[in-house]
Amino acid sequence: MLNRLFTDQLQLGLAQALAAAIVAFTVVLLAGRRKIHLERETAVALLRGLVQIVAVGSVLVLLLRAPRWTGALLLAAMIAAAAATSVKRAKGLPGAFAVSIYSIACGAGSVIAIMTWLGVIDTAITSLIPVGSMLIANAMNTSGLALNRFRSDVLAHVGEIEAALSLGADPRESVQRYVQASFEASLIPAIDSLRSLGIVWIPGLMAGMLLSGSRPIYAAIYQFVVLAMIFAASGLTSLVSTLLIRMHAFTAAEQLLLRPGVQNR
Amino acid sequence: MPASATILTTEHLGRRVDGRMLVDDISVEVREGEVLAVVGPSGSGKSSFLRLLNRLDEPTSGTVFLNEVDYRQIPPRELRRRVGMVTQRAFLFPGTVYDNVSFGPQQRGEAFSDDKSEELLVRVGMAGYARRDVTNLSGGEAQRISLARALANSPTVLLLDEPTSALDETAKFEVESLIRDIISQSHLTCVIVTHDRAQAARMAMQVMMLEQGRATRIGTVEEVLHA
Repeated sequence: MLNRLFTDQLQLGLAQALAAAIVAFTVVLLAGRRKIHLERETAVALLRGLVQIVAVGSVLVLLLRAPRWTGALLLAAMIAAAAATSVKRAKGLPGAFAVSIYSIACGAGSVIAIMTWLGVIDTAITSLIPVGSMLIANAMNTSGLALNRFRSDVLAHVGEIEAALSLGADPRESVQRYVQASFEASLIPAIDSLRSLGIVWIPGLMAGMLLSGSRPIYAAIYQFVVLAMIFAASGLTSLVSTLLIRMHAFTAAEQLLLRPGVQNR
Repeated sequence: MPASATILTTEHLGRRVDGRMLVDDISVEVREGEVLAVVGPSGSGKSSFLRLLNRLDEPTSGTVFLNEVDYRQIPPRELRRRVGMVTQRAFLFPGTVYDNVSFGPQQRGEAFSDDKSEELLVRVGMAGYARRDVTNLSGGEAQRISLARALANSPTVLLLDEPTSALDETAKFEVESLIRDIISQSHLTCVIVTHDRAQAARMAMQVMMLEQGRATRIGTVEEVLHA
């Protein structure tokens, strides 16, 4: 219907964005009726998402003619922004920003670097930035999920953790089961994406490649390649973030920092 | 009879959090085999004081001496092995009774035989429970296992934080009586936090009254509780 009303591509895009946002917000309003209030957060997130992606699109237009090393700078900026976003899911966790930025840089950054070196990701900015951003965005989600789960598990089991410390346990050992649970929980989306690939969903990248004239089999294989890279980046990010955060959860004197309303100094 | 040695000394011990003194300038000595009861109203800093003794929390002033050594010079894990703790709730780890009792020694890579485990379980009145899953234990049984778990580390000092207050009346007297027997048999130095003055009188030789983090009275049971 919209494509009949709007002939200009930009106008059509804005109308489609508005329609998608209305559908998303309707779900939030339905949730609100069940006293789950996410209206403000969702409205801000939708608006931010639209402005940010349009801004990136505009930057990409400029970067098409820029030297290739600018792609690395843009990816670094994306990693910093991803860490800042991920931290919001880990309120109260000591050192969460440092953990996020190290883990996303290590997870997504290293997979992008290796795959670019191997020639799996093209160094052209039009390829590097979209594929790189997919890896960074998924690493960000994984890091946020891992930190959030670790925080809530530790806060729910302060008694058990301090019982272990009181018996002379290594602090790392005292939170080991929560580190494992965080790692596993954070990887569920990446594993489910791989499992359901082609059956439940056909990702946008593959659709885009088909539209731009790539052979369907190559487009399908490359989509698998991207999801496998996402899994690798997410797994490494989660591994690094859960290993680092358990060190930040304790003081040098092996006292638990993450306790409701109390801080050890 | 020669005076027994001082095992635990707090020297101007304090902890301030967000501008509030939870523990304020407490100096007290506990001798070998002695039981110090810390009493006072809710929020007076009893548990905060106890948590400073095994360094679960960091003092913001003063320090603690264990066998005349400043405890900041003792590695935290070694300190906590020597200063055991039993809390109001047992907080047993998932698994069997044996898994819990052997936890401390296994942390140090020490072998902990079934015989040693059974010996401890006999001491706490839980003989034959080693292979039981902890999820099936009653509150009183869980607290006995918590005590056995702390004793498995052969502590020099045992800290007890309201060890019977979460139990029903029958279990409360059984666990209290068990703790008293173990303390007297092992000549264990002990600090017990309790809001129950009668329990303090039954268990302790020395009593410290806390109010708003400060020790308002320290002395014998008669001097503090019956004054």
